[in-house]
Amino acid sequence: MNLSKKWLSDYVELNVSDKQFADEMTLSGSKVESFKTEGEEIKNVVVGRVEALERHPDSDHLWVCRVNVGKQENLQIITGAQNLKPGDIVPVALDNSFVAGGQHIKKGKLRGLESNGMLCSLGELGLTCHDFPYAVEDGIFVLGDDCDLTLGTDIHEAIGLNDVVTEFEITSNRADCLSITGLAREAAATFGAELKMPEISVKNTHGCVDDFLSVEIKDPDLCYRYAGAVVENVRIKPSPRWMRERLRACGVRPINNIVDITNFVMLELGQPMHAFDLRYLDGNKVIVRRAKDGESITTLDGVERNLTPEMLVIADENKPVAVAGVMGGEYSGIMDDTTTIVFESAMFNGVSVRRTAKALSMRTEASARYEKELDATGCLRSLTRALQLVEMLDAGDVVGGVVDCDHSDKTPVTLPFEPEWVNNFIGIDLSADEQRKILEKLGFEIKDGNVIAPSFRNDIEHQADISEEIARFYGYDKIPDRALSGVADGRYSDFQILENKVNDILIAQGLSEICTYTFISPKEFDKILLPEDSGLRNCVKISNPLGEDTSVMRTTAVPSMLQTLSRNYNNRNASAGLYEIGPVYISNGDEELPDEPEKVMIGLYGGEYDYFSLKGIVENLLSNVGIKEFEIERVTDCPYLHPGRGAKISVNGEEAVLLGEVHPNVAANYSIGTRCYIAEISMGVLFDNRETEKIYRALPKFPAVTRDLAFVCEKAIPVVSLQKLIASSIGKTLENISLFDVYEGAQVEKGMKSVAFSLSLRSAERTLTDDDADTAVGKAIKALEKIGVKLRS
Amino acid sequence: MKEQLNKIHERARAELTKLSSIQELENFRVQVLGKKGELTAILKQMGTLTAEERPKMGQLANEVRQNIEQMLKEKTAELKVKEQELKLAAETIDVTLPGESKPLGHKHPLSIVLDEVKDIFIGMGFQIASGPEVEWDYYNFEALNLPPDHPARDTQDTFYITDKMLLRTQTSPVQIRVMEKQKPPIRIIAPGRVYRSDAVDATHSPYFHQIEGLVVDEGITMGDLKGNLMQFAKRLYGENTEIRLRPHHFPFTEPSCEMDVTCFKCGGKGCPMCKGEGWVEILGGGMVHPKVLQNGGVDAEKYSGYAFGIGLERLTMFRFNIEDMRLLFENDMRFLSQF
Repeated sequence: MNLSKKWLSDYVELNVSDKQFADEMTLSGSKVESFKTEGEEIKNVVVGRVEALERHPDSDHLWVCRVNVGKQENLQIITGAQNLKPGDIVPVALDNSFVAGGQHIKKGKLRGLESNGMLCSLGELGLTCHDFPYAVEDGIFVLGDDCDLTLGTDIHEAIGLNDVVTEFEITSNRADCLSITGLAREAAATFGAELKMPEISVKNTHGCVDDFLSVEIKDPDLCYRYAGAVVENVRIKPSPRWMRERLRACGVRPINNIVDITNFVMLELGQPMHAFDLRYLDGNKVIVRRAKDGESITTLDGVERNLTPEMLVIADENKPVAVAGVMGGEYSGIMDDTTTIVFESAMFNGVSVRRTAKALSMRTEASARYEKELDATGCLRSLTRALQLVEMLDAGDVVGGVVDCDHSDKTPVTLPFEPEWVNNFIGIDLSADEQRKILEKLGFEIKDGNVIAPSFRNDIEHQADISEEIARFYGYDKIPDRALSGVADGRYSDFQILENKVNDILIAQGLSEICTYTFISPKEFDKILLPEDSGLRNCVKISNPLGEDTSVMRTTAVPSMLQTLSRNYNNRNASAGLYEIGPVYISNGDEELPDEPEKVMIGLYGGEYDYFSLKGIVENLLSNVGIKEFEIERVTDCPYLHPGRGAKISVNGEEAVLLGEVHPNVAANYSIGTRCYIAEISMGVLFDNRETEKIYRALPKFPAVTRDLAFVCEKAIPVVSLQKLIASSIGKTLENISLFDVYEGAQVEKGMKSVAFSLSLRSAERTLTDDDADTAVGKAIKALEKIGVKLRS
Repeated sequence: MKEQLNKIHERARAELTKLSSIQELENFRVQVLGKKGELTAILKQMGTLTAEERPKMGQLANEVRQNIEQMLKEKTAELKVKEQELKLAAETIDVTLPGESKPLGHKHPLSIVLDEVKDIFIGMGFQIASGPEVEWDYYNFEALNLPPDHPARDTQDTFYITDKMLLRTQTSPVQIRVMEKQKPPIRIIAPGRVYRSDAVDATHSPYFHQIEGLVVDEGITMGDLKGNLMQFAKRLYGENTEIRLRPHHFPFTEPSCEMDVTCFKCGGKGCPMCKGEGWVEILGGGMVHPKVLQNGGVDAEKYSGYAFGIGLERLTMFRFNIEDMRLLFENDMRFLSQF
């Protein structure tokens, strides 16, 4: 909402700087986005009179003018404009001046003759014909007698291009502040000034409105009140400068006196107004009804709109003439030959207007106000104001009376006046009297221990709303701070503690955390080669996505990671080690919210990274969260993993990790031209199996005995199975077993491999002898021989 | 004999200074003091002396031996120090060569700032709550005093799954979920992902993060909100930070406010980052609307509370001077490794 300082000063006198005005209004709740002075870039432009002009001797289109700017000597200025004659009063940009758009004017020569400045067009002052309808747009602006014609006067003063425009951000609860008087009320309360509302009345009327117009509301659920008035003998002409410049400052283009009056009233009082040409209201009747199926209307902007029965229209006996609260129809609007008009001042259902405006994608000044529910009480006042302005502007002859169909509920909101409650809620100590003063300033009435909210404040419904009024005029800055008191149990949850730990472990292993979008394109499922019937394709779909790329919630974090690896690879980063802890979304249908299990996603490429570095990172993660025992098995059927380099890790029978090298076809789908590795880890399984407490174990009292053993077995036998067999056959004296070599080559038979382990044996009760060790190792050898694995000699 | 002894003594004194290795010293010791050494040879002649001379010579011979031994000991120590010096000198390395290490990874800048925020609030007795991202319209809007067709819904363009299910546009639904589960006193923050149908540009993203805060107890006032947020701002941005509350409107708080802090770039003088205002907006909040308390099952007659919502991206971008939000979600190593 743009506020004209001139207009504001019609209702409240303030003696503060523009900056101070902006700051204080912001702190009392009307947030100022910016403020600026009209035409502030125009400098050193004054009023001058063309005393004489003659053709430039060397040009067939330039004129040499003698211009009087109130100084002793006239200035010689060359112009190319063709609309001047001696005696014309014009804006003169002097030597070293600036015009709109920042153009710097200096004296110079034009075809050999000196020019001491420039005569300005409307455009060079940042204006259009709408601002000065008598001026031409493609020539010099010849000032009319609505301007100060004193020679030498600064142009800003002379033509009224000197308003200060303050832009407010009005929150959705304060439709009343979408008006000059609404902001004036706030300003008066903010600065302790007096509010002078316009006195509204019509002096002379003739005839009776009922002879011209009847109104019927067919859908009172969508139209609470409809008031109409008629003006005869309309004299369409431009409105006066004071009205034009107020509209301009508020960002509304002046059109003609009648249209300007409707806009003026809307801006002044906040009530959208509409004017119809009575000629086009068949049966001289206004019918407010829902649109019929298949009906359409061409709106003022020239677009044909298809209407639906959810939309409310203003119709005559035969056709819709306006979309209620949104926009009027093209054919019933005001034209130059309009003679009799109907003014509309109505109150529509906000939700209905909002839906209609949205469905037709035409949010207008009117709909933006109606959708916030306006003040039904104000309808007649606004209507009368329009008629008063018609009289003031001599724009027509007002017909007596108004037609008023009123179904509105005007019961005011009444709340108990409880200053103590307010003090306790805000944490201040303000007397009942001071609170009363604040409220009265804002239009509230205190009566019989009650606060009665003004009709234009439909946001007031609770004591808390009253307290906000008190607080913002008491001053948020004056409310005493209070430190939080009492003891509270501030801490992370167990899950968050695990999350922090996982972060620490992965960062310590050189991985960097990423943050990716959790919605993806369904095409990503194709890119990771998921079969058509894969359960992962059953995802939560966004019904109104921004685009396909972000249209479904991910069921796996693999595509997000591959996209990130791809972006890094294609940005020529030599290597990347990345991870993310984030949810995937598992649909439970429309009636239940999806599950959002957290996953740790790891992705690597380049550098030293290979399958085993990935597995090392994962093993480190598992062991550091306290998972010492897990099963690992080969996975050959995961569509996005290399069939020979994929594995699954389970903890207590539950799948915890899927890891491996990315299938080359998938890597190619993501334009990753190198081997890359991913692991998807379930945070849930980590959480369920994590170590929650550590218990100290006594340091060993007796020495350990070590034995190194090498076996020869078939290549396909997983090392982990040998290791398990050794461990189970020796039992608890086996303190540790570690693999130290795997060899395939000339020294062993073809198709076979040599696997060497280092065993550490220890007893808690006594020092083990060599015999003890040999017996233990013998058990292991025997067990392995049973499955055809021989000790390497 | 006396002369011989003195001669040996003198020679030892002179020669020992010339020796430069432990081995030479040992050779010398054997040569002089050894079983077949010179001193031993002289002592063997003791028998030829008179009984009178014998003790005197014996004493002298002992003195000479002790002196030589003492000299040997000192020389040995001296040479050992020298030898070690040489050895250490030979072991000199270029200490400026790069160290060997496996570099640590990097936390995402959003997490760095979030962790700081979490720690500040945990220190003030807050717990950390969470709620679903795919949420019911009820929790995201209705229970927060935003009935269907409320005009304020327009400012939060919503991704819908069904008519009733949506991607949460704010972390505020967690307020209701926490109140439903927990009796006051409540003191939580709820960080999380939120979604709005905004096209991507330098300052907008359809996916971003908020941190919700909620305090409910008996006798909570707006003064508590101010004091708490002031403390938070000072912890996050330093003791000299000032805050400014401006009245605002949110349907789920009343009174509502937005909070500005003095610009941390210019300290409040005005600079391009704060657009010359000296203030930077970092959060919105207010006293929890009594209807919202009721919707959460809290007795609004007995309890009051405040709530606030912080934009994590905004905090992070200010903190690290990041001018384009897209960088946060592109995850380029060259970006990540700066943190």
